[in-house]
Amino acid sequence: MSEPLGLKAKLGLDVFKAYARPHILIKTGMEKDPRLKKAILVCPAGLYDENDAGEVEISIDGCLECGTCLLACGSEVLDWQYPVGGTGVQFRFG
Amino acid sequence: MEKFDVIVVGAGLAGLAAAYTLAQENLEVLVLEKGDYPGAKNVTGGRLYLHPVRELFPGLWDKAPLERHIVREEVALMARERSVTMSYAGSELTQPPFPSFSILRAKFDRWLAQQAEKKGAMLINKSRVDELILENGRVIGVRAGGDELGADVVIAADGVLSFTAAMAGLRKDQDPKHFAVGFKEVIELDRGIIEDRFGLEGDEGAARLFMGEVTKGKFGGGFLYTNKTSLSLGIVVGISDLMNAAPAIPAPQLLDEFKLRPEIARLIRGGETVEYSAHVIPEGGLKSMGRLYGDGILVVGDAAGFSMNIGVTVRGMEYALASGYYAAQAVIRAREKGDFTSAGLQVYQQILEESFVMKDFRNFKESLDVLEYPPLFNHIPELAGDLLRDLYAVGPGPKERIYPTLRNHLTMGEIWGLIKLGRRMMKI
Repeated sequence: MSEPLGLKAKLGLDVFKAYARPHILIKTGMEKDPRLKKAILVCPAGLYDENDAGEVEISIDGCLECGTCLLACGSEVLDWQYPVGGTGVQFRFG
Repeated sequence: MEKFDVIVVGAGLAGLAAAYTLAQENLEVLVLEKGDYPGAKNVTGGRLYLHPVRELFPGLWDKAPLERHIVREEVALMARERSVTMSYAGSELTQPPFPSFSILRAKFDRWLAQQAEKKGAMLINKSRVDELILENGRVIGVRAGGDELGADVVIAADGVLSFTAAMAGLRKDQDPKHFAVGFKEVIELDRGIIEDRFGLEGDEGAARLFMGEVTKGKFGGGFLYTNKTSLSLGIVVGISDLMNAAPAIPAPQLLDEFKLRPEIARLIRGGETVEYSAHVIPEGGLKSMGRLYGDGILVVGDAAGFSMNIGVTVRGMEYALASGYYAAQAVIRAREKGDFTSAGLQVYQQILEESFVMKDFRNFKESLDVLEYPPLFNHIPELAGDLLRDLYAVGPGPKERIYPTLRNHLTMGEIWGLIKLGRRMMKI
């Protein structure tokens, strides 16, 4: 049996270069939008969470830039760009 | 504004294939890549089928950093407690030229970029294209990190989300039904262990797809490819099903549970995960394809939606390479006429229509609708598992005759269901 590997540890294996600024932002006033809740399920890096106030939050560190949240939630609730050149995830295997 | 013949946005397979082909014809071509190096942002499952593209790039393949040539094709129907695997081996898979290879993109794309550079293409890494420069609705260049760069033609090769094609107004819908997300681990293992475990010799490789319980009945499946010294193990699942279909389960958990399946655990035992990656895959095919050309712009690869799941094969990279090649041919023809407007570039569509690319997309336009059939992903794997369990079972008492054993499972209702499935399959 392989050692079970938690998601944080898995993401810790990847190479990330510091962002100039977060490249995905939840649009102001959309934190409780039901469309945003889908991001919690679909994000392969588990970056989305819901706080006690029922607002969805994102912690951008560990983002794999896959684009799933943008397609699941839409650009009305997410301000989604790729990170500026030379930042973000840098796959060594891909 | 500095001016090039062609600017390629994105150093993936489609963009690099275009750049390689254009540079070979002595055009001035600039490739802009937002990653630290080509491949830094690119992900595959993955396997590349070479036959469709071999002739488009003569002489390129002998030294290509491919992993293993696939000599065994396997499909596993995964039920909750059991699984049924079909394994195919054939002499055509073991004789060169080999039909398909496992591949890792960070290595391969970097190499392909070097080949394009050797032909004369220019490559700038760490450069994200922020905007298209438009003049009277026509694309005349790009803005990237404060620089303005001009070109007769911009080739949008920036992948499945293609903001470049969107800025030119060429994208169609962004319906999550037409997209899947793939996520995988690269698990390192000694090559000898891989060869022993999978029954391979030398650089032979195996490919295995899994459907059923792997995705909890959601549209999609698992995959496993052997690389030289690693395994690529992952899940692809339809985004719409992941959002809405019961049971609600976070994506990462699907892969964790997949790894715990006894069928998988024994294959990855002792391996060390060295990378976790994810990417969206366009699966909508012809029905969700946007426009492929506009004034001063062409769209290639995933950006154009050139990826296709027909169940037995899941393909994208050959379409990327071929569309990049054909886009380059279209630019060359438009250049002969001195017309880079939509009218001059529509030859791209014509060339694609005559090629395997659009022929495949037209032939398989119903594929997604046919395969999005829930029983395929839950009921049928369970049925097949239960049937084989009882056929193989030898209990303490007398064994039941084979025909009644079959009929216990293949009731009239089940047979009718399979006929309905067969009718769906007739569309592809």
